[in-house]
Amino acid sequence: MSDDKNNILDEVTQGEYKYGFFTDIEMDTAPKGLNEDTIRFISAKKKEPEFMLELRLKAFEKWKTMKEPDWAHLNIPPIDYQDIIYYAAPKKKPQLDSLDDVDPELLATFDKLGISLDEQKRLTGVAVDAVFDSVSVKTTFQDTLSKHGIIFCSFSEAVQNHPDLVKKYMGSVVPTGDNYFAALNTAVFSDGSFCYIPPGVRCPVELSTYFRINSAGTGQFERTLIVADEGAYVSYLEGCTAPQRDENQLHAAVVEIVALKDAEVKYSTVQNWYPGDKNGKGGVYNFVTKRGMCKGNNSKISWTQVETGSAITWKYPSCVLLGDNSIGEFYSVAVTNNHQQADTGSKMTHIGKNTKSTIISKGISAGFSNNSYRGLVKIAQRAENSRNFSQCDSLLLGDKCGAHTFPYIDTGNSSSIVEHEATTSKISDDQLFYCLQRGIDTEKAIGLIVNGYAKEVLRQLPMEFAVEAQKLLAVSLEGSVG
Amino acid sequence: MLSIKNLHVAIDGKEIIRGLDLEVKAGEVHAIMGPNGTGKSTLASVIAGKEGYDVTDGEIIFNGKDLLELPTEERALEGIFLGFQYPVEIPGVSMTNFMRTALNEQRKYHGLDPIPAGEFLERMENARKLVEIHDKLTNRSVNEGFSGGEKKRNEIFQMAMLEPTLSILDETDSGLDIDALKVVAKGVNDLKSDKNATIVITHYQRLLDYIVPDFVHVLFEGKIVKSGDKELAMELEEKGYEWLKAETV
Repeated sequence: MSDDKNNILDEVTQGEYKYGFFTDIEMDTAPKGLNEDTIRFISAKKKEPEFMLELRLKAFEKWKTMKEPDWAHLNIPPIDYQDIIYYAAPKKKPQLDSLDDVDPELLATFDKLGISLDEQKRLTGVAVDAVFDSVSVKTTFQDTLSKHGIIFCSFSEAVQNHPDLVKKYMGSVVPTGDNYFAALNTAVFSDGSFCYIPPGVRCPVELSTYFRINSAGTGQFERTLIVADEGAYVSYLEGCTAPQRDENQLHAAVVEIVALKDAEVKYSTVQNWYPGDKNGKGGVYNFVTKRGMCKGNNSKISWTQVETGSAITWKYPSCVLLGDNSIGEFYSVAVTNNHQQADTGSKMTHIGKNTKSTIISKGISAGFSNNSYRGLVKIAQRAENSRNFSQCDSLLLGDKCGAHTFPYIDTGNSSSIVEHEATTSKISDDQLFYCLQRGIDTEKAIGLIVNGYAKEVLRQLPMEFAVEAQKLLAVSLEGSVG
Repeated sequence: MLSIKNLHVAIDGKEIIRGLDLEVKAGEVHAIMGPNGTGKSTLASVIAGKEGYDVTDGEIIFNGKDLLELPTEERALEGIFLGFQYPVEIPGVSMTNFMRTALNEQRKYHGLDPIPAGEFLERMENARKLVEIHDKLTNRSVNEGFSGGEKKRNEIFQMAMLEPTLSILDETDSGLDIDALKVVAKGVNDLKSDKNATIVITHYQRLLDYIVPDFVHVLFEGKIVKSGDKELAMELEEKGYEWLKAETV
């Protein structure tokens, strides 16, 4: 117990990004640059059926006509899309049914990240799909899951083995041309996770995907699709890290969730991509489209995110509440320090009757960073008696950072109620002095206060994740108050 | 235990404390009285190490250590406790978590392992009983939504948890009704031993009916102008501070 405690203390007091290492492993990569050949190359590598290649090419055509979005409160340096490697995979292609065939270097990498792919060594009920650069390395607990009829595998496998499900649901929530980054993702996505929970099944373990960008100059474009059939339930976790590099790396993912009648999906993210150094050099550009569709009546989708990493974050996990009585939730803690920028929030689109949504957003800004909440609550005319409650709080540490709130509300009927609350606060000198006077040093005091501030969101996370997130919050704010 | 010599303190260039001397020994209770704005709270803040005060001259020695050289949290870890006049709220941080963190920091400082859960709960229970605080209160966030009286009782609760060597209670009696005052006073009296000391800063003699001081000091214009025993407090209550002003001029 005391050793554990000390380890935690040590971790909390080491301010550096601890996942910044690089794994030297033989890679199979596509040539730099983006054109039709790149897309054909990726599709061929993955031995995809024709429909998938067509979808990719269609998205690519669309993408070429689009422009990077510029409405976010972000300062994005120009990105040269021809200077990115779109496909990188470890050369030794692992056989997915046995751990013995996985490159030991890869196993060591995930061990180092605290993700054991060895089922024997895992203590808790979490099934993991590990994605390394462009491919899924290993999905654990396949046997247990298949007993319940649950499909949990890499996206590539799903395309091979369950093309009908993929064809039916992929792009049904985030259409090909939804936005610039979603179109790019559809054209070049390499892997990701696929999950299908059959009717009436409550997934007995947490499902988890762990993303790791390793190679230099590569972008990561993963695709996740989760389908909860009627009356099904699943809790899904996502984690991510990247090596410490001086250049910026692009991460443009798409996550789609479909919840049918009476189904519930809980999606939790702890986003810890490399944020760049203290001077703002390097770091991941995290431009992600996440959207859930509450398709059936009484369905529910809940997003919880703890965002501490990335140089720039552009991300709005959203819900389309199509079914009557469906529920959408968004809980977010976004921390920016040093020169990080984040423009994040949610979009709740109420279409069905009696639909409910909740948005709780806690922004924490420190250093020279900028942190924006952007949200849209749209209530369609037919969405009678719908309700939304939004609360956006900003906490400022120091006087060189910024917090911004951009809430949009669009109500199409008079029987619905939309509430929006917002606060901005600082950690007061009096609060700090109070902690110091009780013998708690500044770093720890800030950790306590920030965790207290974010509690409403953190308690939405599964237990194991919550502890991780608390430590992460403290580490991310290391040295933010002088 | 505590030895203050020729202390001069200024805030924004304005001198608030002007040559203050004070000796406190283990087992003693000192009361510091005086009208508003004479530097009582400033003295408490300077001992505890709050920022924004310039010590322009003098020294504070605590158990052989030069206190002014120590950062705020180390002074606390060395055993100095300040009971705040206006305890601040920390939303989302439960009293239990706050106390466990503080206690474990203290133990780490003294080379001890973190407190075992059972021992911690027992200590919470005892401290709670001492100041008649509901266990619901300790599950709430630090001081959040506490009434004035609850906040003050919560300060004594923390004092009981942390077992300081020197407690400075800054206007702990302000805003308390008589019942709450009795509870607070009883807490302080029960915690008293021959190894610790207490400095009670107060405006009124009322508190001293319940916490009987060994010494009473009158602070006026940044100096201790008169010291005595509890009789002095009675005299002050009767005559006000005006007669002292006349005497010191």
